[in-house]
Amino acid sequence: MADLAPVQVFLQERLGEGVLEVHRFRGDPTVLVRPERILDALAAVKEDPWRFEMLTDLTAWDRYPTEPRFEVVYHLLSLSRRERLRVKTRVSASDPVLPTAIPLFAGANWFERELWDLFGIRFVGHPDLTRILMPDDWEGHPLRKDYPLTEEPVEFRGYAPKVPSQTIPHVPPRRREDR
Amino acid sequence: MIQRETLTINMGPQHPSTHGVLRLILELEGEVVVSCRPVIGYLHTGIEKEMEFRTYHQNITLVDRIEYLSSYHEEFAYCLAVEKLLGIEVPKRAQYIRVIMAELNRISSHLVWLGTSALDLNVTSLLMYCFRDREEILELSEMVSGQRMMPGYFRIGGVQEDLPEEFFPRVRAFLDEFPRRLDEYEALLTENLVWRQRNEGVAVLRPEDAVRYGVTGPVLRACGIPYDVRKAFPYSSYEDFEFDVPVGQHGDAYDRYLVRMEEMRQARRIILQALDRLPDGPVLVEDRKVALPPRRELVRSMEAVIHQFKLVSEGIHPPKGEVYAAVESPRGEKGYYIVSDGSNRPVRVRVRSPSFSNLQALPVMVQGGMLADVVVAIASIDIVLGDVDR
Amino acid sequence: MARVDLDAEAEGLRRNVLTTTVDRMLAWARSSSVWPVQFGLACCAIEMIATTTSKFDIARFGMEAFRASPRQSDLMIVAGRVSQKMAPVLRHIYEQMLEPKWVIAMGDCASCGGVYNNYALVQGVDKVVPVDVYVAGCPPRPEALLYGLMKLQEKIREQGKQGTLRRGSPRGG
Repeated sequence: MADLAPVQVFLQERLGEGVLEVHRFRGDPTVLVRPERILDALAAVKEDPWRFEMLTDLTAWDRYPTEPRFEVVYHLLSLSRRERLRVKTRVSASDPVLPTAIPLFAGANWFERELWDLFGIRFVGHPDLTRILMPDDWEGHPLRKDYPLTEEPVEFRGYAPKVPSQTIPHVPPRRREDR
Repeated sequence: MIQRETLTINMGPQHPSTHGVLRLILELEGEVVVSCRPVIGYLHTGIEKEMEFRTYHQNITLVDRIEYLSSYHEEFAYCLAVEKLLGIEVPKRAQYIRVIMAELNRISSHLVWLGTSALDLNVTSLLMYCFRDREEILELSEMVSGQRMMPGYFRIGGVQEDLPEEFFPRVRAFLDEFPRRLDEYEALLTENLVWRQRNEGVAVLRPEDAVRYGVTGPVLRACGIPYDVRKAFPYSSYEDFEFDVPVGQHGDAYDRYLVRMEEMRQARRIILQALDRLPDGPVLVEDRKVALPPRRELVRSMEAVIHQFKLVSEGIHPPKGEVYAAVESPRGEKGYYIVSDGSNRPVRVRVRSPSFSNLQALPVMVQGGMLADVVVAIASIDIVLGDVDR
Repeated sequence: MARVDLDAEAEGLRRNVLTTTVDRMLAWARSSSVWPVQFGLACCAIEMIATTTSKFDIARFGMEAFRASPRQSDLMIVAGRVSQKMAPVLRHIYEQMLEPKWVIAMGDCASCGGVYNNYALVQGVDKVVPVDVYVAGCPPRPEALLYGLMKLQEKIREQGKQGTLRRGSPRGG
């Protein structure tokens, strides 16, 4: 684990209890904050002297069955200082709600719609939280881990139909080797 | 009493000028656009979910098809992310080869942009010229990887195999001829009164808006902000090459045109430098737990056979963690955010697509303009719908 | 009275006059100038555009007039993957085309779902519209698409010989 970046130290001091974890894996500085402090964290690094003024990506992933279930990840970029920062937070499956980041970054609009569409995470204060990639009347949130891939079995003459994803084994991490 | 109402028009998803399956709901007051609402999702393929069910090597075939005009950049970004996760170093020769193929892809992608943008403004001959040059690059791609589009050439740890002998004279012949061709296209368009009137001052994007919306690539550089991933976060030996990054001033469609034309020339410059200084050495990392052993070793060594078997049936096991790696694709910053739990499949692969963010800025660009300028705006952003919808 | 040489007359007729059925003539005319509708969806659309350009030149087959409006076209080349959101639009455009009409499924995604087998894609466009020719490939080379188009021309001429052309397609689509 490498040394922490100055901006990580700053966020730890600024938010105190709000920061749950900081680490730096392969050089990427990451800060995990509480969901209620996420906007404070983003606003704090957006101003001088850190100037992380561009939100390049807002995404999430499903940690099913670990709780809190969804980890929402904000990737920030400082154009002038040529630095990246990852700020993330976790929300539970029972109440996946976060405040919208649109007042800070207008580009969060479509990202948040995509998260609503594919994960079911709601953003309070969003002007138009509707589906963006799936049809408007689609049911379910496809990128969740309990949503099936919905494959059509491939038929072979003389053999049982096969579902493609089951022909590739899922090998869990080995314990002794670190790869 | 005369009542005034705005007219709501639907443009797309099947439309010759939307460059793909994009639907725009335009509210017009006469010919002036009051508001524009893009509706996307007509090409949503579920690639991100599909990637969670395959091994890391098998995903290289899938990522090719996301931003299909610049497949080499997709593979580049994905392989960089996985290599960062593994913590391995790619051999120098492979890095230079990747740069050569990626810059060739940049030229071919910009040629498609030029041909189709000109076609939108009824310069039909330019489509034929640009695709003729693109055919040459596709033949080079076929020579190297076996496929014209969707090459599947990059591997985790390098490239699949070395460049063939016939590649070098052919690419040099193409690069010798190319500046003259670009000069012809510029002579046709750059000082053309009609082209200038249709592009200057149209679809203006202010730098503040560009940063707010997360716009990257030539659209951002045309606004005056000199951000290029190759210079800001150099990857794969880009710091060894001398090249300029063209920056515009006005943020309109004409500046984007100039920026992309100059980028093609700079890409040629990079390829020539890479060809001149191509180092010798292996093209795939030697680590047998990551890359397949060469076939001649399979005859001699039992261990090589076991490694081959494990890699093909199971795949690699990167350590637990998350990384983000980005490249400068012809459209902007293409990034991959990969989360791994140590198993042979990724937990989450997120594709940070430049066209998605660039398209978000479209309503700002066309508001207050004419309906005919919407076509110019879409063409000048250079979106690929496969990238927007994934 | 002059004697008419019937054999010479017959020979002259045979050499100078072409006889055929109306259906065959219609089929020859229709197959030689099929007008596709612009329906490029994804990557295969780029190879379709490459087919129209000068190296592969679809104009030699009379098919360079890609019409924007489905009302003016007879062929729909479904080039690319069809998502769940796009499938109703595809059917809508197909229904707006006038008889006789044909469909080519270009590429693996249009033929059978291709590389993808998931929630978002229709596994083969023949679940939505009836398909006449399938062109395999990911993406198919322009020469492959041209071969598919030539097969379609053969099919149209075959329909002319069998007399099924004027009644519209036997699928009733």
